[in-house]
Amino acid sequence: MQWETVIGLEIHVQLKTRSKIFSGASTAYGAEPNTQACDVSIALPGVLPVMNKEAAKLAVKFGLAIGAKINQRSVFARKNYFYPDLPKGYQISQFEIPVVGAGSIEIDTENGVREIGITRAHLEEDAGKSLHENYDNLTAIDLNRAGTPLLEIVSEPDMRSAAEAVAYLRKIHELVRYLDISDGNMQEGSFRCDANVSVRPKGQQALGTRSEIKNINSFKFVDKAIRYEVERQIDLLEDGGEVVQETRLYDSDLDETRSMRSKEEAHDYRYFPDPDLPDMVLEDSFIEAVRQSLPELPQQRRQRFIDAFALNPQEAGQLTSDKALADYFEAVNADTNAGPRVSCNWILGELNAALNNQEISVSESPVTPARMARLLDRIADNTISGKIAKEVFTAMWQGEGDADTIIENRGLKQITDSGAIEEIIDEVLAESADQVQQYRDGNQKVIGYFVGQIMKKSAGKANPKQVNEILRSKLSN
Amino acid sequence: MHEKTIAEHAAALASGEYSSVELTKHFLERIQANKDLNAFITVTEEQALAQAQAADINIKKGDQGPLCGIPIAQKDLFCTRGVLTTCGSRILENFISPYDATVIEKLGQSGMVNLGKTNMDEFAMGSSNETSYFGAVKNPWDLQRVPGGSSGGAAAAVAARLAPVATATDTGGSIRQPAALCGLTGIKPSYGRVSRYGMIAFASSLDQGGVIARNTEDAAAVLQAMTGFDPRDSTSLDLPVPDYSASLNDSLQGKVIGLPKEFFGEGIEPDVADAVQQAIADLQALGARTVEVELPNSEAGIPCYYVLAPAEASSNLSRFDGVRYGYRAEQYDDLADMYETTRAEGFGEEVQRRIMIGTYVLSSGYYDAYYIKAQKLRRMIADDFSRAFEKCDFIAGPTSPGTAFKIGDKNDDPVAMYLNDIFTNSVNLAGLPGVSVAAGMDRQGLPIGLHLVGRYLDEATILNAAHQFQQVTDWHQRVPGGYE
Repeated sequence: MQWETVIGLEIHVQLKTRSKIFSGASTAYGAEPNTQACDVSIALPGVLPVMNKEAAKLAVKFGLAIGAKINQRSVFARKNYFYPDLPKGYQISQFEIPVVGAGSIEIDTENGVREIGITRAHLEEDAGKSLHENYDNLTAIDLNRAGTPLLEIVSEPDMRSAAEAVAYLRKIHELVRYLDISDGNMQEGSFRCDANVSVRPKGQQALGTRSEIKNINSFKFVDKAIRYEVERQIDLLEDGGEVVQETRLYDSDLDETRSMRSKEEAHDYRYFPDPDLPDMVLEDSFIEAVRQSLPELPQQRRQRFIDAFALNPQEAGQLTSDKALADYFEAVNADTNAGPRVSCNWILGELNAALNNQEISVSESPVTPARMARLLDRIADNTISGKIAKEVFTAMWQGEGDADTIIENRGLKQITDSGAIEEIIDEVLAESADQVQQYRDGNQKVIGYFVGQIMKKSAGKANPKQVNEILRSKLSN
Repeated sequence: MHEKTIAEHAAALASGEYSSVELTKHFLERIQANKDLNAFITVTEEQALAQAQAADINIKKGDQGPLCGIPIAQKDLFCTRGVLTTCGSRILENFISPYDATVIEKLGQSGMVNLGKTNMDEFAMGSSNETSYFGAVKNPWDLQRVPGGSSGGAAAAVAARLAPVATATDTGGSIRQPAALCGLTGIKPSYGRVSRYGMIAFASSLDQGGVIARNTEDAAAVLQAMTGFDPRDSTSLDLPVPDYSASLNDSLQGKVIGLPKEFFGEGIEPDVADAVQQAIADLQALGARTVEVELPNSEAGIPCYYVLAPAEASSNLSRFDGVRYGYRAEQYDDLADMYETTRAEGFGEEVQRRIMIGTYVLSSGYYDAYYIKAQKLRRMIADDFSRAFEKCDFIAGPTSPGTAFKIGDKNDDPVAMYLNDIFTNSVNLAGLPGVSVAAGMDRQGLPIGLHLVGRYLDEATILNAAHQFQQVTDWHQRVPGGYE
């Protein structure tokens, strides 16, 4: 039988606010345990939540970017359950009326562009952390994270493969960073997702029974977890079994998903509107102000790169997939005479390779856009060849200073004095009587040999174009 | 000394007749001498004397407001920095609050002196003060009887002149009913007037802080100092608060009193009914006229309240889990057992009952039938009041259907206990202001309360009516025997 995979994702995005969603405590990552746990974070008796307006702004920013309906009145509800890192015994979330309603986003797939529906996005608070290691059979609680604002983005079950799910996840990741509403840091848990996965016979309308894989925190694991789960479900069905609705965990060490709790064991969260928080009402003027603050979105920027800089769609897509990379490109391009083509080649080539090699982000690049621009200028004005430029780039990367200093210190300036080039050519020709004879006998290929020798003698500094011209004229004499 | 009103104390302090320290010591001694009432859970002698000394310095400089140096008793659900704050529960038997509730902060800023923390029904759930982990409170009018609840300690303390005035809170009648049963003046303002920050929550959408005092003048002065917008409470009203004392002496001429026939039906003790009728006649004699109004959904008040309040409570009380503060069971097997044993041992029977009810009505499959339906009824009850107020300026009736009952009498019958608040409950559901004033005695010599309910945000009118009533009656001046 042919099976079709159906996937929906719930993505939890930590919003980039300075303080928590319902208190003034800091949200900075990595502080000593419980140093950012204020009276509200630890849920002392009598404390009350007050909504952080900035979090609402960031949520609306996301909603507008996906063309969603913004609910001008949304409601905070309590999701009740007991857990040691949930200090109030309930999580404040949005249930019946979320701040962001239905919208959509386009993703690129093997079969072209597809639109993925986004059901809703709602605001909620994060829980704290339970630490089980290093405490000798005890559990320690760190409430620094408790109350950190999250935007939960719920998709429609519109994805049909693990690859599509990853493409969608990347798209949302790219978008939240473009909008600057989240740092999107997956290691620190600022961006994580749950995947709802089911399979059905191809052609069938009704959805199969789904399982929910919880808390996956990398693109790679999303891909692997879904692939594993799809295979598991198909195997089960083909063996005459049934998929049960349950929550599963992905174990990246074993590369498998494991049952966490079944539907019967599912919590009854007893949602009800939080009486401590009035409905969140957003004025037209508030939404309009957020709209005005929206940056150029990746899709728009990509098109502009194609139109304005004559880049091809792949290149433009690669540059704009990371806002910082696109910013880098624009900074270099505005600063250099080398043109967008050369800028793009160098950024996607040398720079990207160096970044990947050291596993650092473009914002951490030791070669600033200004230095990159100077380097490309030296190629454009024939001070150095492209090949020498790679050596200069490596030296810049290693901290030897700017391009001009390195060219100067290492004596890499291109030889463009035709007299000097002529001298070197004469030397080479004098040393290569045999090859000269071969050329005269009609073997054009030996010209490569001469160029190689000339470049070697000039330590790569002879201007290649001049070398070619002078060499050919000398040989034809 | 303890017989004086707040204004009289303020005058005596200003003239140097006695100091705040002397006044404070006097009340501390009375508290010590009357420990058998069990009105206080904690007496904060040291803190009180320090505050009194600070007040005396300001008074000497002539730099004092009307409440500076006046002692007050605080209900033990207002978090008080550095002081045990138990909410009448074992689960908070060891909880020293690291912060001050907004009410404590505001009264502190006005120079009031904290005598201590008063006893109360556990988590304010009760109408007799018998659910307190720290034991029942006795009614100074008859030591065999309850003072009402949940602010029973506050009422007993003021009635026995152990404190000039006390803070209290009211979720379904917890200020007004004990004020009635102890012959006092108790005001619950409109929902949102007094910040709930630091007030340990019972039912968030109903809880409201207020005052139990000997008379309306005192109540108005202290309420004034407690009210106002608080950015730390999202349900706090960002509206100007009128000067309550300024309108106390306005004439009642032409004012219209609404009399809901539902408040004068069956189940009211005859002495209470008679006293309330007489009180209404007194108000008429002051120039007010009466009109009959209808509150057709008032019968739904108790069931509606006993769905919504427990629903909110079941969630509000989840934070008492033994993890971060408060009581934790000594013996347990695992995490689930730790929660269960801690809460089974830490909460009393009535609190557990309401957590169970609340959990039930919020459960999937029951939510619509109970919680949603109760929310609809709540709306209807509020609408009834709005319609009634088209015809009248305030509503009058009995505060409670009976007078103080004997300790232990209604313990086995929760519903009989709940019926104590039949007239007060719906006022919380509608978010309206309500005041209870002493308006008579039954044939056993037990106080009877008159209940006045105002329009939303209109505390001033009911305080005015209560004060005018107290100008022509002396019920509020009676002191229980032995406490003169």
